[in-house]
Amino acid sequence: MTTEAPKAETPAKEDERVRQVGPIQRLLVMPGTGAIIITVLLWVFFAIVAGGNNFVSMDVTAAILNRAAPLGIMAIAVCLLMIGGEFDLSIGSIVGFTGMSIMILVTPTDAGGFGWSMWLAVIVSLILALLIGMGNGALVVTTRLPSFIVTLGSLFILRGLAIAIARQRTNRTQLGNLDEVEGFGFFETIFGSDIEVFGASFDIAILWWIGLVVLATWLLSRTPWGNWIFGTGGAEDSARNVGVPTRRVKILLFMGTAFAAFLVALIQAVQFTGSDALRGTLQEFNAIIAVVVGGTLLTGGYGSAVGAFFGALAFATLQQGVVIWGVDADWFRVFVGGLLVVAVVFNNYIRQLAARR
Amino acid sequence: MTTETKTPLLEVRNISKYFGSVIALEDVSAFVRAGEVTCLLGDNGAGKSTLIKVLSGVYKPTDGEYLFKGDSMHFDSPRDALELGIATVYQDLAMIPLMSIWRNFFLGSEPTKGAGPFRMFDVDFAKKTTSEEMAKMGIDLRDPDQPVGTLSGGERQSVAIARAVYFGAEVLILDEPTAALGVKQAGVVLKYVVQAKQRGIGVILITHNPHHAYPVGDHFVILRRGQIYGDYSKDQITLDELVQMMAGGADLEVLTHELEAATGGGESSSAGG
Repeated sequence: MTTEAPKAETPAKEDERVRQVGPIQRLLVMPGTGAIIITVLLWVFFAIVAGGNNFVSMDVTAAILNRAAPLGIMAIAVCLLMIGGEFDLSIGSIVGFTGMSIMILVTPTDAGGFGWSMWLAVIVSLILALLIGMGNGALVVTTRLPSFIVTLGSLFILRGLAIAIARQRTNRTQLGNLDEVEGFGFFETIFGSDIEVFGASFDIAILWWIGLVVLATWLLSRTPWGNWIFGTGGAEDSARNVGVPTRRVKILLFMGTAFAAFLVALIQAVQFTGSDALRGTLQEFNAIIAVVVGGTLLTGGYGSAVGAFFGALAFATLQQGVVIWGVDADWFRVFVGGLLVVAVVFNNYIRQLAARR
Repeated sequence: MTTETKTPLLEVRNISKYFGSVIALEDVSAFVRAGEVTCLLGDNGAGKSTLIKVLSGVYKPTDGEYLFKGDSMHFDSPRDALELGIATVYQDLAMIPLMSIWRNFFLGSEPTKGAGPFRMFDVDFAKKTTSEEMAKMGIDLRDPDQPVGTLSGGERQSVAIARAVYFGAEVLILDEPTAALGVKQAGVVLKYVVQAKQRGIGVILITHNPHHAYPVGDHFVILRRGQIYGDYSKDQITLDELVQMMAGGADLEVLTHELEAATGGGESSSAGG
């Protein structure tokens, strides 16, 4: 509702159709807004129906955040990759694979392992994870196959390797006793310690999660790389034509998701002082759900790390809420599916508002 | 409009381009001077697209000379041409619809501040510059945060032109900038062509619409079946003659006769002047 008369020099601007938008509407049209609203609504819902079961308490809050952190760490990396226009279905398997690689490398030689120190095992596993991500990315950009197919292959290959190698060398698919390995103390402090706040125990992984959200937000909004990620996902050929190194961007984003999966594997190995070859199963889908609930477009070019943060938080709130509410856990997947569909419809509606502003 | 006989900014002499047995261009010459608009006209299949791709460095000509400021050039990729300041704005625009105008404007050439790993995209500079550059083109940007996808076709064209000009284009090659636009939007884009020309840029305007070409052009090169069919400066030709040339002159008269015969006679005025 501008009262300014259209300028004579600018016939192209249909000024009569322009109106001022306030800060609230600007906030409404950000990609993560839907996820924030959904998280709040879910929390309020469970506070009402499960309030009698102590849903509104430090302990339950800690439980929600502790659940959300590993999912959120992966969701941030998946979010960046999805904005860049690709999928990574292999991250759940990378969690299992790198978790087992850490454990096999530190397990004593008489038990079929390598007997390395924690430091060496972690560094080698990190390198393995980055190589896997680089391989996924290189395969996608060179073959131009859909990343859905390429990483679906990696999903099976890596999970299979994690189980097969572990069984062959150690005759087991679950390895423990990480706390007896040299160098464990340092890693426990950094990745596995608890922070007591008002008597509730918060995992240090929450700090990693928040740190990565801040880093990703800064990357997306304030660096050339962020611009390149949006451009690569928005219209790859156009971006390449104006000089964006789209192949390098994609390969690095795949390395990012692999790194996030490695970080989760390390955190969980330290927390549980061991690994299971099946760990991380289905996490790739949970991460995608968190990212999509967070408002990132499945087709790339649009989204935010803050959205992915709240997507993961909504997921964990639902997960924990169902448990506290006392509904049979069998019903959990029904709610997750419902959350996904409702969130996407809601986000689409908000994006239409964005287009209309 | 200073039209003294200075060295052309960009010139092609006797260019030929063959694809196997297909002759796409044969012995084509054209030039553009700084501050002038050269229009390349031709119907579908006349060789316009091939000529643009030669000019922008996508194709290497089979034969002939490519001169930039009087020096002979050989381009390996469009990037080489771009670095010299020969910018091509394609029909599909190389724009990302979901991204904001300022992000699009600087995509691939982001201004940075700071150093090392903390080198940051200078967002304030980018937003300010985008608004300023668009203002120079006569567009008052309401909100540089607006996604490009919400702009009209004419506005998108002008963002693309403004971007090319800002990044130091001395020669601007516009591929059918008005083809997909309505009458009013086409007029807007043509105005930016004149703006660019007044800023001393040599513009090569490719179009099949003589009504769009004539008001802004200084030279008109008409292509037909891969060859030069006519080459005129503005004082040598009228709009009606240009329309006639474009339509194929004699061919059109034959067509008119055929149509008259088919429709059972009657005067037709479609042949024009």
